[in-house]
Amino acid sequence: MAGKPFCQNGQDTEQAAQSGLGARAMAYGRLPLPADLNWLWVVGAVLCAVLALMVLTGLSLTLAYTPDATLAFGSVEGIERRLPAGWLLRAMHMTGASFFMLALYIHLLRGLYYRSYQPPRMGVWISGCVLLVMAMVTAFAGYVLPWGQMSYWGADVAGKAVGALPLIGGWLEGVFLGGDTPGTPTLHRMFALHFGLAFLIMAMVVGHITAVHARGSSSPSGRPITQTGALPFHPYFTVRDMLATVLVALGFVAVLCFWPDIIVESANYRPANPLHTPADIEPEWYFLPFYGMMQAVPFKLGGLLLSGGAVAVLFAVPWLDRAAGSLRPVPTMVKAGALFLLVVSAVATACAGLHHMQGGWLLVARLGMVGYYAYFVLYLPLCSRWQQGKTA
Amino acid sequence: MSARMFLTMAAGLLWGSSVLAQPAGMPAQAARQHWSFAAPLGHFDLAAVQRGYAVFAGSCASCHSLSQLHFSDFAGMGLQTPEVVALAATWQVPDGLDAEGRLKHRAARPDDALPSPYSGPEAALLANQGVVPPDLSRILKVYPGGADRLYALLCGYGPQSERQKGRGFFNPYAIGHFTAMPPPLHGNEVKYADGTVPDVQAEARDVTTFLAWVSAPHQDQRRRLGVGVGLYLCFLAVLFAILNRRIWSDVRK
Repeated sequence: MAGKPFCQNGQDTEQAAQSGLGARAMAYGRLPLPADLNWLWVVGAVLCAVLALMVLTGLSLTLAYTPDATLAFGSVEGIERRLPAGWLLRAMHMTGASFFMLALYIHLLRGLYYRSYQPPRMGVWISGCVLLVMAMVTAFAGYVLPWGQMSYWGADVAGKAVGALPLIGGWLEGVFLGGDTPGTPTLHRMFALHFGLAFLIMAMVVGHITAVHARGSSSPSGRPITQTGALPFHPYFTVRDMLATVLVALGFVAVLCFWPDIIVESANYRPANPLHTPADIEPEWYFLPFYGMMQAVPFKLGGLLLSGGAVAVLFAVPWLDRAAGSLRPVPTMVKAGALFLLVVSAVATACAGLHHMQGGWLLVARLGMVGYYAYFVLYLPLCSRWQQGKTA
Repeated sequence: MSARMFLTMAAGLLWGSSVLAQPAGMPAQAARQHWSFAAPLGHFDLAAVQRGYAVFAGSCASCHSLSQLHFSDFAGMGLQTPEVVALAATWQVPDGLDAEGRLKHRAARPDDALPSPYSGPEAALLANQGVVPPDLSRILKVYPGGADRLYALLCGYGPQSERQKGRGFFNPYAIGHFTAMPPPLHGNEVKYADGTVPDVQAEARDVTTFLAWVSAPHQDQRRRLGVGVGLYLCFLAVLFAILNRRIWSDVRK
């Protein structure tokens, strides 16, 4: 049915939804989307595909994993060495985690660049930010489970960071670790958190997508759908999503099968040893910018607040850039340059997070942090004023 | 905290003195070797892996464990089930206590884990002048420098290497140029069934290949799968690209 572009109003969609699941799917297929959507709008579909892979492989891995400090490492080794196709399941789960976070960051940057957070899509943005936080917590909890050296010392560092919070810090650290140091109670907590959050994330994704369907998709031009022209979701965007998913799957297979060292932290193949602190404790790459920020501040609480704030500030974006519509569009060069600076700042902080925080790297981390926050607290408000026609 | 600071200072002093004693405490750069498994499309030379097992069993296993391996895993290096059973039977594993409380042993079966050479970490410490020989299950995943450096380390001892008190054996590829491990290979430790001359280099090469296989036993399958799935996905991507073009062909740009 390679039909011509046509537009569909919301009322018909609602009527169709009342008559069964098939009709609802049909209505979703007819969802009108702006005709000028570019290839960055496929990342959502890729994320759904990776999430499905993560849940399926995760459920299979659960069957052979033991959350106990004395058994966890051995059970993961058993999965890798002896469970039929266990090495493949675990490799897909590990690669999937990195791909999910990478796609999530691209999805987020796309939203920032094309101002997808503007009314009427604030709910979509906020639910996306909640999803980001949930994914990060899930990823962290999952990284503790194999109980290698980095798992153990990562949990240790995170526990101490939580403990730095005033008033409730000590209590929270106890709740998190279940003791003075990471151990079996920590593993039980992380396993429950990792397992439970996976399903909450799926529910939240349904909510996120429903919100997009209710409010309509944003578009590169930011103009209303009546001006951009509309195309139905199926077949125009389903085929594009499928093609993108297959291309990402190619990259996925390349990393999984030929270059696994890109994403595998080899130090985590040493069993957890509470008596031996590794020279460098480093988290997975997707936490490095926030880890760098945490270390760039001389006192613990400040570092914790700044790295937490780097995520929290994303929730505030719709209120930092409040210019509805755009009377005076920001030049593309400025928009792209600002986003480029944001990415460079995050990467610089991440690189600093890989090294010992002293001398040059400390400076790099602090500059990166300034660059990161400047995008949100300086650029976005200025941008907003410019668009409303008032010169800043 | 103060204990850790003291340790850090002590380590710093030690490091400082070793730097003063030698021009460089960093391990020497190992020469690059050709390994069949190194390239993204490489594969293990299973004959070398099997010879390497013989070297491991003859020389390394008296001090090092492979605690994460079961005997059944050796089927992956190209052995048939009866061969795995026979191989397992050459090892003794602990089998509980007898009526008088003494430890019993029995011949291993394929579903047993490889036994540790020591009854516990204390025994390992006592037998090796206070240094526990590392477990080798994932050694080539966690060892900095990889196969090249491991091979160089095994071949890198002097001709009449002697233990120097408090430092161990000189070896340019070890951290600080000294290692606690006595020279493990002297040549002729094993007799190769296929007629390969068992000199130190050949043994080191084979045991390195064996340990690389132990560290990543499914690497060959992983790569084969990658080639197959990659080709399939390329084909699928072309189909979807054509479909995408056709579906979008009636949309005015």
